[in-house]
Amino acid sequence: MATKQVRKEVVIPQRVAPGVQPGGPEPSRQREAIFRLDDVSVSYGGKAAVREIAFDIGRNEITALIGPSGCGKSTLIRCLNRMNDLIPGARVEGSVLYHGQDLYGKDVDAVEVRKRIGMVFQKPNPFPKSIYDNIAFGPRVLGMKGHMDDIVERALTRAALWDEVKDRLKANAFGMSGGQQQRLCIARCLAVEPDVILMDEPCSALDPISTGKIEDLMLELEQDYSIVIVTHNMQQAARVSDKTAFFTVELDAEQKHRTGRVVEFDDTERIFTNPSDERTEAYVTGKVG
Amino acid sequence: MSAHGQAIGPPATSRRLKDLAFRLVMLSCLGLALLLLAVLIADVAVDGIGHISIDFLTSDPSSQADQAGIQPALLGTVYLMAVCLLFIVPVGVATAVYLEEYADGSRWWNRLIEINIQNLAAVPSTVYGILGLAFLVRGAISLGQVVLAGGLTLGLLVLPVVIIAGREAIRAVPPSIREGSMALGATQWQTIWRQVLPASVPGIATGVILALARAIGETAPLIVVGAATFITFSPTGLDSAFSAMPIQVFDWVSGRPSSPSNDFRPLAAAAILVLLALLMTMNAGAIWLRNRYEKKW
Amino acid sequence: MEAGTAARAASGAPALGAARRRYGEDLIKGLLVLAALVSVLTTTGIVVSLLSETIVFFRDIPLFDYLFGTRWSPLFAPGSFGVLPLVTGTFLITGIALVVAVPLGLGAAIYLSEYAHPRTRKAVKPALELLAGIPTIVFGYFALTFFTPTILRDLLGMQVSIFNALAAGIVMGFMIIPTIASISEDAMTAVPGSLREGAFGLGASRLQVSLRVVLPAALSGVVAAIVLGVSRAIGETMIVLVAAGQVPNLTADARKPVETMTTFIGATAKGDLPTGSTEYKTIFAVGTTLFVITLLMNAVSIRFVRKYRQVYE
Repeated sequence: MATKQVRKEVVIPQRVAPGVQPGGPEPSRQREAIFRLDDVSVSYGGKAAVREIAFDIGRNEITALIGPSGCGKSTLIRCLNRMNDLIPGARVEGSVLYHGQDLYGKDVDAVEVRKRIGMVFQKPNPFPKSIYDNIAFGPRVLGMKGHMDDIVERALTRAALWDEVKDRLKANAFGMSGGQQQRLCIARCLAVEPDVILMDEPCSALDPISTGKIEDLMLELEQDYSIVIVTHNMQQAARVSDKTAFFTVELDAEQKHRTGRVVEFDDTERIFTNPSDERTEAYVTGKVG
Repeated sequence: MSAHGQAIGPPATSRRLKDLAFRLVMLSCLGLALLLLAVLIADVAVDGIGHISIDFLTSDPSSQADQAGIQPALLGTVYLMAVCLLFIVPVGVATAVYLEEYADGSRWWNRLIEINIQNLAAVPSTVYGILGLAFLVRGAISLGQVVLAGGLTLGLLVLPVVIIAGREAIRAVPPSIREGSMALGATQWQTIWRQVLPASVPGIATGVILALARAIGETAPLIVVGAATFITFSPTGLDSAFSAMPIQVFDWVSGRPSSPSNDFRPLAAAAILVLLALLMTMNAGAIWLRNRYEKKW
Repeated sequence: MEAGTAARAASGAPALGAARRRYGEDLIKGLLVLAALVSVLTTTGIVVSLLSETIVFFRDIPLFDYLFGTRWSPLFAPGSFGVLPLVTGTFLITGIALVVAVPLGLGAAIYLSEYAHPRTRKAVKPALELLAGIPTIVFGYFALTFFTPTILRDLLGMQVSIFNALAAGIVMGFMIIPTIASISEDAMTAVPGSLREGAFGLGASRLQVSLRVVLPAALSGVVAAIVLGVSRAIGETMIVLVAAGQVPNLTADARKPVETMTTFIGATAKGDLPTGSTEYKTIFAVGTTLFVITLLMNAVSIRFVRKYRQVYE
């Protein structure tokens, strides 16, 4: 499943979801936009990794970013919580609006950004501490008020992990299975009470049963949080997400290197049953990898 | 009939002998080194074991061999190690944290610091003594020939050991831990202080113990800095004159003329045994730490 | 691109706070930089202290006399300041040490890397580390009180003075074996197994594989180990101070006592030396000579280590 699409002509990405209609009657798909991306591009050391990204992330929705490997989905999702700031030589251009505010504005505190916009990584990365301390870490460093035991219990409950670990909160997190560790990472993220949860291929290192549990969890969390998920697994995107953005990779005009773009962004149902772009159709029907 | 059709016999005797001889020669190289170690320890033990006693540990040096002891030297060593420890841990760990977590490796000044540390690790200990003499004992800081000067000189000598071990321990912490912490909204220092450093403590502690094990046996820098070879009092504080175990050994081996009736050499051997015992304990501690706590990421 | 002023968005979520200038973080970074500068200050201190007195020294003593003179007696009036006896003393002892350490160290490395059972290796390595960790004063004691009388005189029947370069050199050689052995062994085990298998597959014996395949492949690492060993030998003080005496003989006869650069410094720099006196200045001049030689060796060794690291990474 490795061939990449290569095109020479430049394609204008379609901006399908109009977004913000606060007072209007909503067809169930018209949700308020938490994020509005416009002409976003990210480059590392001068080389563009993604270009001309434009779509919206809706409130209390699951938005999936799909596409073949190497087309910049992870790069883009890391823009949404300014994790790319940690990579020397990374530059983000274009407009990333979060609740109408420029996420990359000069006066914006990146630390606060990451509190509001949490992230779960591909490989579960619990801290080498007890389960309790893993959850408590975020609230402690952020100086959150409240009884820590309650905070921990609430987070673990919301991550559907409480029953499994309530008797061994002091045990080391490394003793848990992969699926449990990932749910712990989700609980850890929930403990700081975020607004948005970003998930970068959260199930790719897990077995099918754990994957199923996490997908169920996502659908529950959707009611209280806005979720963006990068996934390689098309079926997963079809199962859980409300909106899908399909990425592809192109050689730039001078044939120098590959840049990722969004080819199509639409309701998930439309993407998978009746996509507008033939590249999308080729990918979702499995004609190309 | 081609040669391939013939049966394959055993290897030629001459070939076998040559191989065996080579293996034996290589083995004996190793064996000789270990033999010397054994002979050395045996020699020291035979010479000195009879002289170890509580009196020996609690007496002061004396011009009479049968009354001499190592108490000032032992306490001097303890004081020196304390000063050394209090210096190398904060400075060494802070340097390691800076180089691994904050420094941009492409900048020339950070590369200079790294090359510098590598060079310092190769400088002879006597030169550190000269440095101590010129700046700490006299010169700009002028502490005098005191414990603080001796301890700091030793600290400067073994600082590279702590820095290098600290860097390795910090580097071993996977980036995913840092990412997870930052993604929750922790600052860089919060991540280092609460995640990276706690995870690196075993490696850092091992490095510190090895550094102290090196410092405890150093004689030359202390000679140059002015450790006293014959003092009859234990150090009274950071600003007092001092002796140390290796200095005492040196004095008894070559400083003090021995006669058959007043032989100091067995005393030197006894002091060596005490010193070696201290060293073995420290090394065992380092090995235990490494085995017990080293994380396999 | 909208400017980032605190606009209440339609959803009612409060705007992201302005970036707090985190003074705590800046302060901590500053402290860490200061700590890192300690090592820079150390080198600066070494260079400054050595050079300043050395320059004063060379105002009185001509450089030529110092570098090429063959008599060293700086402490007795009128004083000769030829440093050659100290340098030859250093290299004589270093040479003897290498004659012992290189074959034994390489042999031990080859055995550990090519022949030894993993259990043997696990048992032997701590012993070698122990040998490396023994304070040099102990080696000095051993050289003087056991090696010279029992081995050299009684066992081998040699006519040596009680302080002699041979005992110091040989014992120092044993002290350096772990340095040479462990770095060489690392270099040899880093040689990929596929290289060995290729040779075995052609019918070579282990002897041939060790000497003709592994050793050449690990050569730059081995050279780095030897250079490091040389560096340690040159900088070593106590073994020589105790066992080789204090006579600056310009000689190649190892049965005589010698003085090295390091032992001159160690013997002369008793703490009560008056600042600015001739003895004081000579210590710095000799110290500078020693420092320069060690730096050169270190630079050579670093280049070799870098070269050997590149081959397999």
